[in-house]
Amino acid sequence: MPKSKVSIYSSYQKLTEGIIHRSRSILIGLADFSMFFIRYFKELIRPPYEINEFVKQSYLIGNQSLALVGITGFIMGLVLTIQTRPTLAEFGAESWLPAMISVSIVREIGPVITALICAGKVGSGIGAELASMRVTEQIDAMEVSGSNPFKFIVVSRTTAAMLMLPLLTIYSDAISMFGSFVGVNIKGDVNFRLFFSQAFAQLSFTDLIPALIKTTLFGLVIGLISCYKGYYSDKGTEGVGQAANASVVISSLLIFIIDILAVQVSNFIID
Amino acid sequence: MQKEKITKPEISIQNLSIAFGPKKVLIDLNLEINKGENLVILGKSGCGKSVIIKCIIGLLVPDKGIIEVFGENILASSTEELNNFRKRIGFLFQSGALYDSMNVKQNLLFPLRMNKEIELNEKEKLVKEVLEKVGLSEAINKMPTELSGGMRKRLGLARSLMLKPEIMLYDEPTTGLDPITAKEISNLILEIQKDQGTSSIIITHDMNCAKITGNRIVILEQGKVSTEGSYKDLEQSKKEEVKGFFE
Repeated sequence: MPKSKVSIYSSYQKLTEGIIHRSRSILIGLADFSMFFIRYFKELIRPPYEINEFVKQSYLIGNQSLALVGITGFIMGLVLTIQTRPTLAEFGAESWLPAMISVSIVREIGPVITALICAGKVGSGIGAELASMRVTEQIDAMEVSGSNPFKFIVVSRTTAAMLMLPLLTIYSDAISMFGSFVGVNIKGDVNFRLFFSQAFAQLSFTDLIPALIKTTLFGLVIGLISCYKGYYSDKGTEGVGQAANASVVISSLLIFIIDILAVQVSNFIID
Repeated sequence: MQKEKITKPEISIQNLSIAFGPKKVLIDLNLEINKGENLVILGKSGCGKSVIIKCIIGLLVPDKGIIEVFGENILASSTEELNNFRKRIGFLFQSGALYDSMNVKQNLLFPLRMNKEIELNEKEKLVKEVLEKVGLSEAINKMPTELSGGMRKRLGLARSLMLKPEIMLYDEPTTGLDPITAKEISNLILEIQKDQGTSSIIITHDMNCAKITGNRIVILEQGKVSTEGSYKDLEQSKKEEVKGFFE
């Protein structure tokens, strides 16, 4: 066989092997994660319950994200108002501004932005913490003492994230609306009561409930992915950084995917 | 005819084999630990010493073999049964494996936190007793990061004693410590054996620790026990691989 043909053949073979190897590891990863996912729900239901750790984690996740979520929410409301106002003014629809902003924030922007911030702050924190616990044999130490580290670490953190995400979103939505009110008043003079009565006039529970269900799912994804990446980290100190990074990247991606699905499902149900 | 009293070994390992990828670490290893005995395992780094105790506690699953602890095969036991075994076995990790987010007291209370049979004041009394035993009474409210290497080892040891174990597994208890602290830890291991009648496996490279703590010493080579005896026997051995440890 001529040399050039041999080289093409060998690089083709390497490429095929690479694809097979990569596909195999993705499938194994998916299977492992599915087992992890199922185990979470099993351990969540089965007593004894780690109430104290759950409360502690809820406090940590909620309290530590409060300032960041608040500042981001305020800026989000303010900027959205400033950017939207000129377009609405062109059509003489400035009075629709509070209603439009409130619907956008409650339905879509508030939940997604809050979830992305939490994926970055909470997700990376959980991923790095668990990976470091794995490296320093703390998880093994829990196991050998006859405790259930999965319940203590994974169930408490994931459930806390599921509970805190909707609460943080409500808080972020409220601050965003306040930011919007400030934005409206930069170039005008709108009464606080008038602004909020207009904003709430267009809102209903069909806007709020799907958004809160969606954020609960975002919390589940952030908690589970971060815990999974940290819990099974196996590359020493290098693995700590990798776990934190993967937690943020995968959680953020899944937040968008869930968002698309949630919008379709909620529209289908409401229509 | 007089009835012969047969006592079963506390731990019995039969034909234990484990490989990590292509590397065979343990090959048909056989080992027995009698009640109240301190067994020291010596061997080169990477020869599988720590793997043995991790298999005993169920952190690693061997490819082949039987591990009987208190007469029961732990490899055939359910998760719940394994956890019950684990509560009777103490494990001191090489790094101490202390919980960073908890202070000394919380670290010690952790193994007992789901035990509703013991009142909180009894648990706290036990914490004080154990801390006194390892000489850390004054560190009760400190965080692990505030402790020195020796203190961390002591705390790790104290935590493993909280469940009053019948068997103790020590993974390089004196590694990384100065000779004085190392001797203190070795004496503590001996004291625990005498006071609580525990059976122990001590993985070490420290010959001084082996001398102080070991009733019997085995040397691991190529995944099997190559030499066995008391410290004195091995000290006088003519075998090159044994002499290397005593030079």
